[in-house]
Amino acid sequence: MTLAHGGGGQLSAELVEHLFIPAFHNATLAGLADSAILDRPSGRIAFTTDSYVVRPLFFPGGCIGDLAVNGTVNDLAMCGAEPRHLSAAFILEEGLLLADLAGIVRRMAEAARNAGVQIVAGDTKVVERSRGDGCHITTSGIGFVADGVTLGPNRARPGDVILVSGTLGDHGMAVMSVREGLQFEAVIRSDTAPLHRLVRAMLDASADIRCLRDPTRGGLAATLNEIARQSRVGIIVDDSSIPVRTEVRSACEMLGFDPLMVANEGKLVAVVPLDRANDVLKRMRREPEGQDAAVIGRVTAEHPKRVVVRTGIGGSRILAMPLGEQLPRIC
Amino acid sequence: MKYLAEFRDPDLASRLLAAIRRAVTRSWVIMEVCGGQTHSILRHGIDELLPPEVELVHGPGCPVCVTAQETVDRALMIASQPGVIFCSFGDMLRVPGSTTDLLRAKSEGADVRVVYSPLDAVRIAQENPAREVVFFGIGFETTAPANAFAVQAAQRLGVSNFSLLAAQVRVPPAIEALLASPGNRVQAFLAAGHVCTVMGCREYPSIAEGHRVPIVITGFEPLDILEGIRRAVVQLESEEHRVENAFERSATFEGNPAAQAIIEDVFESTDRSWRGIGVIPNSGWKLREEYRSFDAEGRFPCSELPRSATTACRSGEVLQGRLKPPQCPLFGKECTPRTPLGATMVSDEGTCAAYHRAGRFTPDTATHHAAS
Amino acid sequence: MCLAIPGRVTTLFDQNGIRMGTLDFGGVKKDVCLACVPDIGIGEYAIVHAGFAIGRLDEAAALDSLREFQAMEGAAP
Repeated sequence: MTLAHGGGGQLSAELVEHLFIPAFHNATLAGLADSAILDRPSGRIAFTTDSYVVRPLFFPGGCIGDLAVNGTVNDLAMCGAEPRHLSAAFILEEGLLLADLAGIVRRMAEAARNAGVQIVAGDTKVVERSRGDGCHITTSGIGFVADGVTLGPNRARPGDVILVSGTLGDHGMAVMSVREGLQFEAVIRSDTAPLHRLVRAMLDASADIRCLRDPTRGGLAATLNEIARQSRVGIIVDDSSIPVRTEVRSACEMLGFDPLMVANEGKLVAVVPLDRANDVLKRMRREPEGQDAAVIGRVTAEHPKRVVVRTGIGGSRILAMPLGEQLPRIC
Repeated sequence: MKYLAEFRDPDLASRLLAAIRRAVTRSWVIMEVCGGQTHSILRHGIDELLPPEVELVHGPGCPVCVTAQETVDRALMIASQPGVIFCSFGDMLRVPGSTTDLLRAKSEGADVRVVYSPLDAVRIAQENPAREVVFFGIGFETTAPANAFAVQAAQRLGVSNFSLLAAQVRVPPAIEALLASPGNRVQAFLAAGHVCTVMGCREYPSIAEGHRVPIVITGFEPLDILEGIRRAVVQLESEEHRVENAFERSATFEGNPAAQAIIEDVFESTDRSWRGIGVIPNSGWKLREEYRSFDAEGRFPCSELPRSATTACRSGEVLQGRLKPPQCPLFGKECTPRTPLGATMVSDEGTCAAYHRAGRFTPDTATHHAAS
Repeated sequence: MCLAIPGRVTTLFDQNGIRMGTLDFGGVKKDVCLACVPDIGIGEYAIVHAGFAIGRLDEAAALDSLREFQAMEGAAP
């Protein structure tokens, strides 16, 4: 990658024509207009945006490209929207290998096909070599929301049940396992995946689901604290019920990480009324992305805005809002 | 045998708790010295399961809490030198110096790298022969063999661009200092099991007898900690003050001779300043003459470090169990986990951070900190 | 000071004259310096801190401890 590739001239045009257009492969993008013209649905539109920065760019189970597509698809899915169109803006560092960019773009194309969305708009800029992150991607997404779907982090009520769709901590520890200076060998793969089909199945099982969130940065801890705060309720979860793979647990023990604060990229947390919980759980387990779904806790009127974990030996601890990225510790 | 899950068994935990409850007849104040033990206590919610008569005080057992502010400032000064690669354990990155911290310095362009092992820093030095690579050698005796070995390896392999910023501290002198300080409330200690794995238990009998306090070498899993507390309570109730080893699967009276030999070869005793406590004589280690060329302090002389501002932070009193966080006027106001003024708020295990997380803003006598 | 975890020795090797081993920590493998436990053998467990094995784990002592705890009475129902 050189600065000229982002300059808007010959090299930029070649990048678009020979890399992005063939990969993302749709008529709208190939039209090469300044804007994508889309058909308007009759109902509500969901719109989201997110930026993706990860080091290293490639990790077991995926790369930044997968995150960029699935992450935005999931933001739409958490609102109950059917994801449709994505835009992708790249900020690339001088010196990034073209082969790496091609790999990332290829994965994005695959992820988009797999999720049934189209990447209809894009942009590329190249900046001087600096921090060595190589590639930042911002994706915005548009989805359509069916009538009657209301999901929100402020809707949890005492008595509700909390579910997760599967094992926690996989993505963050997969990245750690290849992070410079901390490498370890383990069969831990990122769980990056689109969740909109799982969500569709869950909404089929119950129209009364209160809230869906994907516990990305900050992990389960961030998500539960957000829900507790916005719904002004307390939350209790049971440590022994939270599914965590053995290798992920071991990797966390080694580095001193709390698995509940590690990022996930293919999991969701659901708050469901008590009487619908079983139906929703059963339905989740029939979907590929929900095979390991489990009940992990409940919403309570006690200790509002605070999340409490019941520990394995019968004690309890407060699960605080994470303040930043976890760092490996020796103490 | 995995050595972890077995020592977290809930049924055995409840038996140990029952045994503690049966043993206790009056109030006792027990200090666990090690940050790792504090972490385990908080993580498993142990202190609130204990009978109310048993008060746990979290001692100065974590490098985050006790590394002198001046040392952090020195680290920052070195890290900001052009060409330097500053390597550190993750623990130290958010510890505030006088004006900033390593994480912020990193975001402003300093080449600060988190490593898992001091040998990684030596490797980085080998891979970057044109750069000066400095390793922040914090830690208690548990970490001393690793830090010492890294220096030995650097010397043997001729890695002359590697140096160590030595900030090693030792536990027994800290316990002595705590016991000698006026207003000390601690009646028994849970000694750090991993420290004793390295050093053995030889330094503790004189402390136990001299100050008449039980000292129980304790491990880190819930069952270990409960057993350590149980033995301490049993001794206290019968007015004994012996050294007991409750971590026999890892620590022996002699300790690890190979590890001690490595430490002995590289380090010698020195006075150290402990954040919040002050200078404790012979409480640290510095590089011996033969290895002085690997001393980062010598390689990067500092004429002017920011003077440690006398802050209103009272973490020293908290570390000694003499002050509860809500009793500090800054707690929850100027001093919060996001804007920490001192070590006990920076560290996740720090008493102040734990109280803040639990929302305990009013002073009370109980140490039970989870919402009830 | 004290985050140290048990790992099982699966291989032994020398690197630049340093005694090393690949240890298995519950499914996660990492290379660890064994300079402080020079006699440790494959299949044994070490306690590992900051990439160094600082001691060997004594299985018999561990089992003894667990047996002692098991023998304690539970709480009154």
